[in-house]
Amino acid sequence: MIRPESEADLAEAVRAATGALHLRGGGTRAAGPVAGEVLETTGLTGITLYEPGALTLVARAGTPLSEIEEALTAENQRLAFEPMDHRALLGTEGTPTIGGAVAVNASGPRRVVAGACRDSLIGVRFVDGSGTIIKNGGRVMKNVTGYDLVKLLAGSHGTLGVLSEVSFKVLPGVEATTTLTLEGLDVATATKAMAAAMGSPFEVSAAAHLPGDTPKTHLRVEGFAASVAYRAGRLRDLLTPYGDIVMDEGPGPWADIRDARALADAPGDVWRVSVKPSDGARVAAALPDARLVLDWAGGLVWAAVKPGTDLRAALEDIPGHATLLRAALETHARLGRFAPEPAPLAAIADGLRAKFDPRGILNPGLMTQSTS
Amino acid sequence: MEMPTPDAAIVSRKARIVRRLLQVLPEDAVIHEPHETRAYECDALTAYKCPPLAAVLPASTDEVAAVLRVCHEEGIPVVPRGSGTSLAGGALPTADCVILGVARLNEVIETNYDDRYIRVQTGRTNLSVTGAVEEDGWFYAPDPSSQLACAIAGNIGMNSGGAHCLKYGVTTNNLLGVTMVLMDGTVTEIGGAHLDAAGYDLLGVICGSEGQLGVVTEATLRILPKPEGARPVLIGFDSNEVAGQCVSDIIKAGVLPVAIEFMDRPCIRATEAFAGAGYPDCEALLIVEVEGSDAEIDNQLGLIGQIARGHDPVELRESGSAEESARIWLGRKSAFGAMGQINDYICLDGTIPVSELPKVLGKIRELSQGYGLDVANVFHAGDGNMHPLILFDANRPGDLDKAEALGAEILRLCVEVGGCLTGEHGVGVEKRDLMEAQFAPEDLEAQLRVKDVFDPAWLLNPAKVFPLSVTASRRVAAE
Repeated sequence: MIRPESEADLAEAVRAATGALHLRGGGTRAAGPVAGEVLETTGLTGITLYEPGALTLVARAGTPLSEIEEALTAENQRLAFEPMDHRALLGTEGTPTIGGAVAVNASGPRRVVAGACRDSLIGVRFVDGSGTIIKNGGRVMKNVTGYDLVKLLAGSHGTLGVLSEVSFKVLPGVEATTTLTLEGLDVATATKAMAAAMGSPFEVSAAAHLPGDTPKTHLRVEGFAASVAYRAGRLRDLLTPYGDIVMDEGPGPWADIRDARALADAPGDVWRVSVKPSDGARVAAALPDARLVLDWAGGLVWAAVKPGTDLRAALEDIPGHATLLRAALETHARLGRFAPEPAPLAAIADGLRAKFDPRGILNPGLMTQSTS
Repeated sequence: MEMPTPDAAIVSRKARIVRRLLQVLPEDAVIHEPHETRAYECDALTAYKCPPLAAVLPASTDEVAAVLRVCHEEGIPVVPRGSGTSLAGGALPTADCVILGVARLNEVIETNYDDRYIRVQTGRTNLSVTGAVEEDGWFYAPDPSSQLACAIAGNIGMNSGGAHCLKYGVTTNNLLGVTMVLMDGTVTEIGGAHLDAAGYDLLGVICGSEGQLGVVTEATLRILPKPEGARPVLIGFDSNEVAGQCVSDIIKAGVLPVAIEFMDRPCIRATEAFAGAGYPDCEALLIVEVEGSDAEIDNQLGLIGQIARGHDPVELRESGSAEESARIWLGRKSAFGAMGQINDYICLDGTIPVSELPKVLGKIRELSQGYGLDVANVFHAGDGNMHPLILFDANRPGDLDKAEALGAEILRLCVEVGGCLTGEHGVGVEKRDLMEAQFAPEDLEAQLRVKDVFDPAWLLNPAKVFPLSVTASRRVAAE
């Protein structure tokens, strides 16, 4: 295993590599069938800049997420995008890192109002496949100087470069959180209730539905205490037609929803499906035997299905895409982690990989797909 | 400012090129007479002008694809154009180029409140996107000052912002999907109504690529329910330092206003003379706007007032009504008009870390004295996006050059303190030759590689964004 302790060492290690590199942060996500020598970023740690008054934080890619969250909490601030912890769902160990969150664009329940990880990310430094150190973006939150490679790197799973440093716009913390819960709704009704809440001016910061014997639909309101009380009250009135509403103050079930914890002990493969929110109900109808968690008002569906199921085939008619997260290597190899892309986009993706990783050594094959 | 020498071979083939364009477009969609092409000789950066070879106004994605195929086959540079409001010269033509205007692509394709999006053709103006949904209580958040005129295509090209992006983000944070035509005429669909597109974040790199990667003909945009209400507070200070500290303290206290606008004394005086909004004659003025119900607004304004009072303001005026709000915003909204009355001006767009605000304002004042040109500052303080306005007289020989040199020094200063050349206007031709102040050669090379992939022939808006010396070998090789 290679574990560089500086950006210069990282660049040198990539330059010196003679074969494939299997890149990882804290190793909390099983990268699937990726061959090659492990190159880990956990030696690149530390917050290099934090200015609470400017809502800006910069950290080296291998910095544990917990260290970042601690520093932010001390100033009553937070990452807007609630990066998930994959360990329970994937049965892995290790320590989640900030660079890992960026590499997969990990985005939790607040995605519906605050955007994804890529929306909070304002700068990157990375080493491309030839070992060159490249910077893009910076530490200011409005920046249109040149192309936005910051977003291109977010969610590129290490295949365009190894992140060495990442910069974020952070958000103020909240004084109060209230969760409203409806019980017993079917998925179709639940997505309607969530759409009504999201379409209100009461700034719902998360909307999720957990089907099951006692289905639960959760909505979150955050902010200053008086404002939360007011908005939660207005929301309850708005949602009265959907049934009785229980209101709870405090953090609520959101960390579990973020981590799709309800599926941690579910047998079978786990998929992550991205659709327009109202289509969450169509996904549920197409997968009658699956165990599901619906986040993002229905737009993100976590599905545990029978091993080896080709979920993409089952959802063929629904626009969006499905990613295979947890399955046997054979299934990964057969179905591919990521959805096949239309030919012109696959050609662009191939072109980008060839430019940024001309030797094809960065997590080779991980994002390469046959075209649809 | 230098532009590439027009390709004489292309110019000499004009008749044939126009004939080919007329084969794929209706007659009134191809503009080629010299007295007509002059309408497209510049955008809002009026200091530079050059009529294009021709301009085309396709009315569908298919027509855009047909035009691009012709231009690709003929090897003609294409400069995409929204409404021509770019302050950076993003739509400035060359004599050998075809301007591709999207003005006829202005329909709303779909509105979906359950899934909170609108799908539009990209020639539609920014304000008319909100116009299509506001009666139902919704709005489209990015709000550049030119929103009455500017097109969504241009907003995507430049990743436009506006006064309210501290809370709602800029264009890239509100863009869900596009139909984009590549230079060779290939039509691509990227993203859609779902929240995250598959594969690499191509939407992210297209947004802000200044028309160099493809022509976006349709866009799916996130729309939001309108807040119950919004009201500002006006706070005046004796010093820029104290005003800057107050901004920082408001943010640290956990309030996230929708807008924090900052004006300095030269700007306050000019707008007072022009609009008479009743602003105090002070060194620095903040306008802070918050949203919510009446009670929520009162609470937040109360907290902001408490913080501001700790900094000994010379004036603190909370709005209690729509009339008072309008009065507080009046001066800010007429700032650019007021400046235009006094003088010609260059509007800069550098962004700096908020903590550097006092230092940068002090340094700008020194530079301004050194050059003998006045600079007024009005900007989005919450996110550090400055808009220094350099006042000059276009009729005085040498004044424009002097103003541009001062502008370049101010932008270099922005980069030195950890910021960037442009926060929301784009690079265009205006800041093109300063890119090396912000990026090392390998940083620029990484960006050029992206264009190599999308537009291998280097035909889309090729003379923009990057210094000509940096792109020369690629532009020549592609010929």
